[in-house]
Amino acid sequence: MAAPWASLRLVAPVWNGRIRGIHRLGGAVAPEGNQKKKRTILQFLTNYFYDVEALRDYLLQREMYKVHEKNRFRDKEWIRPDKYGHFSQEFWNFCEVPVEAVDASDCDINYEGLDNLLRLKELQSLSLQRCSHVDDWCLSRLYPLADSLQELSLAGCPRVSERGLACLHHLQNLRRLDISDLPAVSNPGLTQILVEEMLPNCEVVGVDWAEGLKSGPEEQPQDTASPVPA
Amino acid sequence: MAHTGRTVGRLGEGDWDGKVSEIKKKIKSILPGRSCDLLQDTSHLPPEHSDVVIVGGGVLGLSVAYWLKKLESRRGAIRVLVVERDHTYSQASTGLSVGGICQQFSLPENIQLSLFSASFLRNVNEYLAVVDAPPLDLRFNPSGYLLLASEKDAAAMESDVKVQRQEGAKVSLMSPDQLRNKFPWINTEGVALASYGMEDEGWFDPWCLLQGLRRKVQSLGVLFCQGEVTRFVSSSQRMLTTDDKAVVLKRIHEVHVKMDRSLEYQPVECAIVINAAGAWSAQIAALAGIGEGPPGTLQGTKLPVEPRKRYVYVWHCPQGPGLETPLVADTSGAYFRREGLGSNYLGGRSPTEQEEPDPANLEVDHDFFQDKVWPHLALRVPAFETLKVQSAWAGYYDYNTFDQNGVVGPHPLVVNMYFATGFSGHGLQQAPGVGRAVAEMVLKGRFQTIDLSPFLFTRFYLGEKIQENNII
Repeated sequence: MAAPWASLRLVAPVWNGRIRGIHRLGGAVAPEGNQKKKRTILQFLTNYFYDVEALRDYLLQREMYKVHEKNRFRDKEWIRPDKYGHFSQEFWNFCEVPVEAVDASDCDINYEGLDNLLRLKELQSLSLQRCSHVDDWCLSRLYPLADSLQELSLAGCPRVSERGLACLHHLQNLRRLDISDLPAVSNPGLTQILVEEMLPNCEVVGVDWAEGLKSGPEEQPQDTASPVPA
Repeated sequence: MAHTGRTVGRLGEGDWDGKVSEIKKKIKSILPGRSCDLLQDTSHLPPEHSDVVIVGGGVLGLSVAYWLKKLESRRGAIRVLVVERDHTYSQASTGLSVGGICQQFSLPENIQLSLFSASFLRNVNEYLAVVDAPPLDLRFNPSGYLLLASEKDAAAMESDVKVQRQEGAKVSLMSPDQLRNKFPWINTEGVALASYGMEDEGWFDPWCLLQGLRRKVQSLGVLFCQGEVTRFVSSSQRMLTTDDKAVVLKRIHEVHVKMDRSLEYQPVECAIVINAAGAWSAQIAALAGIGEGPPGTLQGTKLPVEPRKRYVYVWHCPQGPGLETPLVADTSGAYFRREGLGSNYLGGRSPTEQEEPDPANLEVDHDFFQDKVWPHLALRVPAFETLKVQSAWAGYYDYNTFDQNGVVGPHPLVVNMYFATGFSGHGLQQAPGVGRAVAEMVLKGRFQTIDLSPFLFTRFYLGEKIQENNII
C-alpha cells in the first residue's frame, strides 16, 4: 500500500534519456520519514484488533481522498458522461490542459479517427502499438504533429510497411521511434538503416540484429593455462 | 425447317438423292444418343446482345464497367461487355505506367478527380472486395510529389496551389532555403518556388489495381472478350435544330468484334458504346464516322487523341537521395522517384514537340536518356552524376493534342458513343473518378458527383481549350 502515500509530480519533462514511455512522465516521490513512529503504534494495534483496523482503513481513505482531490482522474479507467449526457465539472476544468501523451495501443483507430489526435498541438508521445487498422496512409497524416512529437511507437502494427515509414521524415523532433515487429516490412534491417539516415536525431529501436543468425557449433573449452616451463 | 414464306431450296432441281441423304443425316444427328453437330460451338465468341460495350479493357474501361455495375438501379439490370484486344496488356498504358497520383493540377476538376481517386485507393479493399479472394496490396508510397518552378513559372504555381488548397488538397509551398533544409541532396539553382504534396500523393502498383478491378468486375457479372472492334453498324436520322438547321444524328446498333488471329467476327447488338481505347481511341472514333465531314464543322471534328511514346529509365545510384524522396518533377520537365529499398530510381522526361519519337513501336531510345534526361537530373541532384542505368521501357500516352486533358461524355452527333480517354499521362490516377462520372452520365444522364462538363467533346468544335499546366 505504498502508492497512496506517494504524491504525483505532474510536470512536463524535458527530454532526457532516462525518462522513457508515457507511463513514467510523472515521477513518484517517497514520503517523509517523520511519521514513522505514529504509524508503528497504529500498525501494532491493527494487527491485534479489528476495530483499530477499521479505524486505520477509515483514516487511510481520508488521506487518499485528500490526495485524489487534486487529480480526480487517477485510477479511473474511462471518463464518461453520466445518464443525462453531462460530464462532471472537474472534467471541464481540464479543457485547457494540453494532452502530452496518448496511448492508443490495441485500439481500433483508423484513418478518419486520427482527426482527433492530429488536433493535439502539444502531443509529445504517441503509442500506436498493435493497432490493426493503422497503415501507410495513416502515417502520412502524422506531419501536423511535427513540432511537438518526440516519441512514436508503431510496434506490432500489421499494416505498416517501409513505404509508410518514409513519410515519418516530417517529424524532425522525434527522438525515439519504435519500429519493432512490423510483419509487413520486407527487409527490417535495411529499413532500420534507411530510417536512421532519414532521422539523424532520432533513436530508432526495433530491429533484432540477431534475427536469422544461428549460433555456431559449440567450441570445446580450451585449456588456456600455459605449460609450466620446465 | 419451318416454311416462313421465303424460298428455302427448290426441290426437283439438282442432286435430289444427295439432298435426301443430307437431310437424313441431319435428322439422325438431332436424335438423342448422337453428337449434335448442327449448332457450332460459339463459346469463344462474345454474346450476341449486350447493353453496354466497352471498347478497351485498361484501367479506364474497367473503371467504367465497375461503376456501371455499382450504380445500376437493380442487380443485373445492365449487361456489360468489355472488349480488349490484348489480354496480356503488353502495350496498354496502364501496366507500363509509373503509377503516380497527385493533386497538384491547375484545373479544379482534375484536383477533385485525383482526390476521389486517392480515397478510392485508400479504401480499395472495401470497394473491390471479392468473396474468398485475398485483399489487394497496392504498395502505395505516400511520399508525395515535389514540383519545382523556375522564376517565370512561380506566379502560376502560387495561384495553382491556391486553387488546390481550396479544393481540399494538402499542398505546401517551399522556398529554395526550405527546400535545401528539408532535402539536402537537391541543388536549388534556378528554382524559385516548390510545391510539395503532403497527403494523398505518391505512387502505387498499377498492375495490382488493374487485376483487382478485373477480378471485381468479373465477379459482378461483366463479360470479357478478347477481340478487336472492326466495324460499327449504325443508323442515321436527319433532324432539325431549333434554328431549323439540318443535323444528322447517328446511333450505333451493332459492334462487330473480330476474334484474335482469325477472320471470325461476332456482331454484338448494343445500346451504348464506351470508347476507352486509350492510345488507339482515334481509330475507334473514326470507325464510328467521327470526323468525316468538311473540316471546321461538327461532323468534321476528329477526336484529337493520338499515341505518344514515353520512355521510363531505371537506374542505380548508391549515394542517391534517401527514403524520404518524393517524386521530384524538375523545372526542365525531367522527373524521378525512388523504387524500392535498394537505391534504385526511375524517371524520365517528356520530349518536346520536335523530339517526339515515332509511336509505331515500343522500342527504347537509350541515347534520349544520355542526351536529354541525365544532364537535367545531374544538375538538379548532384549525386546523380554517377549512376548506372539498369533497364528501361516505353509506354504510350493517350495524348490529347488539343489541350492535354481528358475527353469524357457523349459525342454530340453519334449519340450513343461515350468517351473516357485522352488523359495524356494522368489517366491512371483519375480512372476511378472518371469511371464514376461516365457511369453517371450513362445511367442518369448527367454528371452528379464531379461535374466534368468542361471535358465534353464539344469543346474541340467550339475551340474552348481547358489547358492543364502541370503535365509531367
